[in-house]
Amino acid sequence: MTYIAKPQLHHPSLPSNAIGLTRRDYEGRISTLCAGCGHDSISAAIVTACFELDLQPHRLAKLSGIGCSSKTPDYFLGQSHGFNAVHGRMPSVLTGANLANRDLVFLGVSGDGDTASIGIGQFVHSVRRGVNMCYIVENNGVYGLTKGQFSATSDKGSKSKRGAENTESGIDLVALALQLGATYVGRSFSGDKEQLVPLIKGALTHGGAAVLDVISPCVAFNNHAGSTKSFDYVREHNDAVNRLDVILGRTPIKTDYAPGEVRDVTQHDGSVLRLKKIAADYVATDRNAAAAYIQEHQAKGEIVTGLLYIDPEASDLHDRLGTTRVPLNALGTEDLTPGAQALARINAGLR
Amino acid sequence: MKATDISRPDYFHKVVDCQWACPAHTPVPEYIRLIADRKYTEAYLVNWKSNVFPGILGRTCDRPCEPACRRGRVEDEPVAICRLKRVAADNKDDFALWLPPIAPKNGKRIACIGAGPASLTVARDLAPLGYEIDVYDGDAKAGGMIRSQIPRFRLPEEVIDEEVGYVTALGPVMHLGEKIDSLKELLSKSYDAVFVGTGAPRGRDLNIPGRLEGSANIHIGIDWLSNVSFGHNDKVGKRVIVLGGGNTAMDCCRTARRLGGEDVKVIVRSGYEEMKASPWEKEDAIAEDIPILNFLVPKAFTHKDGKLTGVTFEKVKAVHDAGGRRTLVTTGEPDQHFECDDVLIAVGQENAFPWIERDIGLQFDKWDMPVVGEETMQSTLPHVFFGGDAAFGPKNIIWAVAHGHAAAISIDKFLNGEDVTERPAPGVTVISQKMGIHEWSYDNDPVNDPRYKVPHREKSISLKNMKAEVELGFDEITAFREAQRCLNCDVQTVFTAKVCIECDACVDICPTDCITFADNGDEAELRTRLKAPAANLTQDLYIADGLPTGRVMAKDEDVCLHCGLCAERCPTGAWDMQKYIINIAQAGSACRTRT
Ligand SMILES: Cc1cc2nc3c(=O)[nH]c(=O)nc-3n(C[C@H](O)[C@H](O)[C@H](O)COP(=O)(O)OP(=O)(O)OC[C@H]3O[C@@H](n4cnc5c(N)ncnc54)[C@H](O)[C@@H]3O)c2cc1C
Ligand SMILES: Cc1ncc(C[n+]2csc(CCOP(=O)(O)OP(=O)(O)O)c2C)c(N)n1
Ligand code: SF4
Ligand code: SF4
Ligand code: SF4
Ligand SMILES: [Mg+2]
Repeated sequence: MTYIAKPQLHHPSLPSNAIGLTRRDYEGRISTLCAGCGHDSISAAIVTACFELDLQPHRLAKLSGIGCSSKTPDYFLGQSHGFNAVHGRMPSVLTGANLANRDLVFLGVSGDGDTASIGIGQFVHSVRRGVNMCYIVENNGVYGLTKGQFSATSDKGSKSKRGAENTESGIDLVALALQLGATYVGRSFSGDKEQLVPLIKGALTHGGAAVLDVISPCVAFNNHAGSTKSFDYVREHNDAVNRLDVILGRTPIKTDYAPGEVRDVTQHDGSVLRLKKIAADYVATDRNAAAAYIQEHQAKGEIVTGLLYIDPEASDLHDRLGTTRVPLNALGTEDLTPGAQALARINAGLR
Repeated sequence: MKATDISRPDYFHKVVDCQWACPAHTPVPEYIRLIADRKYTEAYLVNWKSNVFPGILGRTCDRPCEPACRRGRVEDEPVAICRLKRVAADNKDDFALWLPPIAPKNGKRIACIGAGPASLTVARDLAPLGYEIDVYDGDAKAGGMIRSQIPRFRLPEEVIDEEVGYVTALGPVMHLGEKIDSLKELLSKSYDAVFVGTGAPRGRDLNIPGRLEGSANIHIGIDWLSNVSFGHNDKVGKRVIVLGGGNTAMDCCRTARRLGGEDVKVIVRSGYEEMKASPWEKEDAIAEDIPILNFLVPKAFTHKDGKLTGVTFEKVKAVHDAGGRRTLVTTGEPDQHFECDDVLIAVGQENAFPWIERDIGLQFDKWDMPVVGEETMQSTLPHVFFGGDAAFGPKNIIWAVAHGHAAAISIDKFLNGEDVTERPAPGVTVISQKMGIHEWSYDNDPVNDPRYKVPHREKSISLKNMKAEVELGFDEITAFREAQRCLNCDVQTVFTAKVCIECDACVDICPTDCITFADNGDEAELRTRLKAPAANLTQDLYIADGLPTGRVMAKDEDVCLHCGLCAERCPTGAWDMQKYIINIAQAGSACRTRT
C-alpha cells in the first residue's frame, strides 16, 4: 500500500464518456494489496470497462467475499453500491440482491479460494440458476490473504514458493461454468488488459450468468519458477482463441474485416460482441465444442483464453421465475399489499 | 525508438522544465524545497550561485521558467517560481558570511566595461579565483539598467545596493563615473582580457511630423526613466501618452502615474495580445487605471504655439496573408487624435558602439553588431568578450547573468591556455530518495492548491510614492503553501528494465497515465499508442528495452507529477525516485580540462 492518496491531478487530455465522467471518476480508494498484485490490474480493467460502458456508478452493485481479491471492490467504483459477504457466501447475497432489484448491474468479485474452495456450493448454484451477473474470479492459485496455501484451482504439479508440490487436481472454473450452464464464459490474464477489458464489458452487458476466470499472479506467494500461475508461465503458455470488441448499441458498426475473420454476436441489450478469430477452428457459440477444445489444449499445457462461450439467447433467473419487471423497492403499496381479496383468491387457487 | 541514454546529463535536466528554461539553469526545485523547510539562507545561496541577484530577480525577472513549468500543464497556473525566490532573499540571515573565499592574486588583469548584471557576474565568478578586476561604468553607481531603468516601486534601491554589494565585496576595483570612450585606449593598458557589458543604451526615436516642434514634451522612454531614477526629474504633465508595448512602456506609464500623471494611456500599434510586455506587467498597468489602446499607429505629433498638444493616430487592423504572415493595414476610418501634455516614446532599444574603433581587429556584422561566439561569448579579438544586451541585443537580466557566467568560463579557460570552445559538462549528483517502503526523503504528495497571489500595497498609497514597493512579497505561510505546489521535477523516475516483471502496477497507479508497455515503433507512431496520447512534442519519451516480453517501457515525461507512486507500487524496485542535482559548470578549476 501507499501512504498518500492517488493525486487528483490528471492528464490534461483525459477524456470524458457519454455521461460526462472520466476514467478517474470510476476509481476507488488506493489499494492496500502487495505492490504488483495481479488483482490491482483487474481492478484497473474494471474501472476502464465501466468507464467505456458509460455506466452510472450508482446503478452498479459490487459484491465480494473474503480474500485479497475480495478486498478489491474497495479499490474501484468508489461511488457504487458494495457488499462484503462472509467467506464464500457472495453468490447467495448477490442472488438475493439481484432478485430484489433487477435493474442494477451486478458485479461479483471473488478469489479462487472464495469461489472454488469454501464457496463452491454457492458458486455453482448461482451459475446454474442463471443469475444475471458478471462473476469475476481473480485466480492466483493460492489463498493469498492467509499467506499462500494452495487453493482448489492450483494445478496438480504446481510448486509452492518453498518447493512443495501440489498433489491434488485443480478445479477448472471455466470447464465447471460451461457444465453448469453459464451463458457467457471467458478466461483472461491480469497482465493483458487489451483482452481483459472487452471481456469484462461483454460480461457486464450480458443478460445472464457471465463467469470470467482471470489468472492473476500473486507476487508474494505464487510468482516463482515452478508455479503455473506466474507472470512468466502464463505469458509462455497463453493460447488466446479470439479477440473481442464490444460495440455499444448506439455506435454504428463498421465492417472492414474479411468475411470469416470476424463474427458479430448481438446481445439482448443491443450491444454487439465482435469476435476476431485467432484459433481458426474455434467456435465460441458451441458449448460442447468449446469444452472439448479447452480440454484438449489444456492437456497440452496451454492456457486457453478469450471469450470461450457465448449464448446470445441467454435468459436469466427472473425470466425463468417470471418475476415482476419492477424492482421491489419501486413497487407501490398496492402491489406489495394487495389486500384480503387478493389473498382470498390465492388461497382459493390452492384449494 | 532507441533506448534512452539517461547517463547524458541533458536528459534528466530537460525534465526539470524550469531549470532547463532558466538561462542560468538555476536549480529551482532544490531552492523551493529549501524555502518550504524555512532554510531561506541556503535557498538564497542556491540562487546566488546560479543567478547572482536573487533579491533583484525575485522581483523583476522575466521568468522564462514559469511558462515552462510542468505544473502549468496539469492545472491552470505554474508555480510562482520567481516570487518564491524573493522569499529566500527577504528572509535570509546575514549572507555576507557565505561569500566565497578569495584566492591569492594570480597576476592576471581583467577589465569589465559597464557595471550591469553581465559585467558584475563576470566579476563575481572571476574575482574569487584570484583575478584582478577593474570595472568601468559611466554612471555614478553600479547596477546598469537594474539601477537606471527599473523603477523603484518595482525594485527598492536597498535591494540593488545589497546585491551589487556582495559582488563588490569580492574585491573588483570599481571605476564609477569613468566612461570608456575608446576601446583601443583601454586595450593599450595591457589587460589580459576585456569584457564588454555595456548594454543596449540607445532608445529608439519616432521621427514623425511634429517631433521637433513638440520636442520639449516628447521624451525617449529609457532616458526619461534614468533621469527619474537618478533624481533629475520628478514631474510630468497631467495627460501623458506612452507609445510602445514593451516593458519600458509599462515602466514609463506607471512611473508617470506617480509623478503627477492623472490621465495616462498606453497606445500600441499591434493588438493587445501581441504586445511585448509580460501579461503580469499589463495587468499591473491596467490596475493603476492606465488604459491600453491598440491597433493605433502614430502619424504625427500635434502642436500649437511651439507646444505639444497631442498625437494623431491611424487606425489599423491585422490581416494575415496566404503564408500566415501578419501585417497591419489601415481600416480606412478617420484618424484619431488624443490630446496630451507629454509623450514618452518606448518603441525599442538599440545597441551603439561609437567608442569601439573599427580598425582594431574586432569584427562587426552587417547590422553593426559585434561578431560574438554564441557559447563562448568571444569576439574576433580573442581576448575581448561580450555579454548581456551588448552581445546580441536587448534581452533581460537573467540572460545577462547567463552570458556573464559563460564569458567567465571562457576568460578563465583562455587565460589558462585552453580551448574556449570546449565547454565543461554540468556537475550531476544523484541521490535515491527511498527511505522505506512508503517513505521518501522529499514531500511526494502533490497538493491541489491553485497559485497564490502576491499581495499588493494599497493603490492609493503606492501611487503617491515613487519608492513605495507595490508588491509586498509572500508571507512565510503563503510561501510554504506556494512552495508545496512544486512537483519536484528534479526527483526523477529512474527505470531498471532487467528487474521489471511487467506486472502493470506502475501503469495502473500512475495518476497522469505516463507509463505504457508497448511494442516498439518509431517515435511519431509510438506517441499515438501510449496510454494517454503524447502530443507535447517538446517533452521526451523515456524508452527502456530488455523486458521479458520484448516490449518497451515508454514513459511520457510531459505531465509526470513525480509523486513516486510508480516506485511505491513496483514489486521489484524497477522504478526508483532519484534526485538529480544538476549544477551548471562555472568558471574555476573544475571547468578546466587541465587543472
Ligand atoms: C525600462 C526597462 C525595464 C526593464 N525591466 C526589466 C525587468 O523587469 N526584468 C529584466 O529582467 N530586465 C529588464 N530590463 C532589461 C534589463 O535591464 C537589461 O536587459 C539588463 O540590465 C542588461 O544587462 P547588461 O549587463 O547587459 O547591461 P546594462 O544593465 O544595460 O548595463 C550596462 C552598463 O554599461 C554602462 N556603459 C555603457 N557604455 C559604457 C561605456 N562606454 N563606458 C562605461 N560604461 C558604459 C552603462 O552605464 C550601464 O551601467 C528592463 C529594461 C528597461 C529599459
Ligand atoms: C469462514 C472462513 N474460513 C476461513 C477464513 C480464512 N481465509 C481468509 S481469506 C482465505 C482464502 C482466500 O483465498 P482467495 O479467495 O483465493 O483470495 P486471495 O487472497 O488469494 O485473493 C481464507 C481461507 C475466513 N476468513 N473465513
Ligand atoms: S513544478 Fe516545480 S520543479 Fe517542476 S517545473 Fe514547476 S517549479 Fe520546476
Ligand atoms: S512519479 Fe510515477 S506514478 Fe507519479 S506521475 Fe510520475 S510516472 Fe506517474
Ligand atoms: S510495477 Fe515494476 S515490475 Fe511492475 S511493470 Fe511497473 S516497473 Fe515493471
Ligand atoms: Mg487466491
